[in-house]
Amino acid sequence: MKIKNEHSLVRRIAKNGVSYAMLAPFMICFIIFTVLPVLAAIGLSFTDFNMLETPSFIGIDNFVRLFQDDIFLIGFKNTMILAFLCGPLSYLFSFFMAWVINEMPKGLRVFMTIVFYAPSVSANVYFIWTYLFSGDSYGIVNSTLLQLGIIREPVLWLTDPSFNLTIVIVVQLWLSLGVSFLSFIAGFQGVDASQYEAGAIDGIKNRFQELWYITIPNMKSMMLFGAVMQIANSFSCGAVSQDLTGGYQSVNYSTMTILNYITDYGSVRYEMGYACCIGVVLFALIVLSKKLIFKLLKW
Amino acid sequence: MALKRKKQPVFASPKKQQRSIGGTIMLALLLILMGTFMAFPLVYAISSAFKPPEEFFLFPPPIFPNNPTGENFTQLGMVISNMWISFERYLFNSLLISVSSTLLYLVIATLAAYPLAKHTFPGKNGMNEMITLALMFTPAITAIPQYIILAYLGLVNNPLGVLLPTLASTMGVFLCVQYMEILPNAVLESGRMDGAGEFRIWRSIVVPNIKPVLFTMMIFQFQAVWNTNGAGIIYNEAWKTLPAAMSQVATAGIARAGVGSAAAIILMIPPIAVFIISQSNVMETMAHSGIKD
Repeated sequence: MKIKNEHSLVRRIAKNGVSYAMLAPFMICFIIFTVLPVLAAIGLSFTDFNMLETPSFIGIDNFVRLFQDDIFLIGFKNTMILAFLCGPLSYLFSFFMAWVINEMPKGLRVFMTIVFYAPSVSANVYFIWTYLFSGDSYGIVNSTLLQLGIIREPVLWLTDPSFNLTIVIVVQLWLSLGVSFLSFIAGFQGVDASQYEAGAIDGIKNRFQELWYITIPNMKSMMLFGAVMQIANSFSCGAVSQDLTGGYQSVNYSTMTILNYITDYGSVRYEMGYACCIGVVLFALIVLSKKLIFKLLKW
Repeated sequence: MALKRKKQPVFASPKKQQRSIGGTIMLALLLILMGTFMAFPLVYAISSAFKPPEEFFLFPPPIFPNNPTGENFTQLGMVISNMWISFERYLFNSLLISVSSTLLYLVIATLAAYPLAKHTFPGKNGMNEMITLALMFTPAITAIPQYIILAYLGLVNNPLGVLLPTLASTMGVFLCVQYMEILPNAVLESGRMDGAGEFRIWRSIVVPNIKPVLFTMMIFQFQAVWNTNGAGIIYNEAWKTLPAAMSQVATAGIARAGVGSAAAIILMIPPIAVFIISQSNVMETMAHSGIKD
């Protein structure tokens, strides 16, 4: 029985030769540059590796250490706050804005898409927020508040732990109209026009009914893609908190995310084994959240 | 499952039914409000690029420069022209890597996505699962193993060392698979009836019907590669990318705020250009090709 199965498996593989041929160019790149490095990183998470000596196997010591690491717990908390606030908000914001833009006439549509998407185009244009929230009186926010008499002296927006996480959230939202937003725009464009006409005949009364009964069911693939990307991005955010507020160098680690903590151990302290361990935990966290969220949404 | 091909004028958007004027005005107002929030920092970045250094120390800080100047751009140009390599060479390197990566990726990603969405073969579900999982793995810790692999392949200090890993991106393939799944099988079947091979079906049926997603992938890929610094892989100045050169020039600090803004503005131009080209295509293509399940 087993031999027969194997035989038919070989035959099935041979029969589908053309599928594998089509997959090959991408899969080769994918395996060499993504799968192997990921497996290596998972392997390294069970070692002590300082990037000079050969890694030495230490079992689950890194993981035990991680769950007793108070600073990691701060990073975990910050990441959760950012993920659970920015994730759903960004997703809804992206969807809603893509929809509103889609309701506009064509010329305006292209222009507005550019305005909303532009912040995510460049890798680091968010640095401009450091000048807006600059801690001296030359920052726009401080100078405006000073002139209005709301504050007496400049506020250290980016350093003060009572403000800086909020600012990271604002900037994350500013940057949030990226990948999911564009895929929603493409999704709205992909809905067949004749369905709207049919819907109108079937008694769709307003644009909200049209959105609910026709557009959303037609956009399932895009919404799924957007959700996966949003979950992955929200949990692995860190560039903004690092560059704007110091990340792992922020006061009391007030804005440090898990990703910043990885940078700290991977690129500063050269404890690569521990850094990989944090990365693996982050990966597990994202995969579990995705499973949970998809289950809740019954996708 | 009917195959509909509706002829509509190219610029027509899906016909809007049941629109109240009040609602449109409300939505437009909302759009203006959100647009202002989105655009203000960018406008400020652009205006900072034209500010003379002393205006960064005025109170209250002017939003628009009192005496606009091109000084920051000249200064940026001067710093770069004092480097070993010309600005044009950096730009050439970046464009070469970004454009070739984008074109190659569009081919191999759609080629891989087609069987992943529409064929049945052993290992298909596993591959799809792996691609989804890879989306969730942070690149922060794969950088070191990836470097070791590149070194093993002799690709360190070689532009291919920047280019090849960008072809392993799973986002485009994942997006493409999602979108291809809604293509009706009947169309593919009719292609097969006509005796077309799978490669032929891919080229003449699948690809033309996923244009919006193709352009979206083009934006993502170009932008991701364009923003790749690559300084960790390429040491040879002659092959460094423009972002790498710019980050050497524009370090933080308010005294260099103008130059930094100028550098950021220059770096934003090519991705925005690609974006505009592809968006105007996205918005036109699908409106008149009604091919749906």
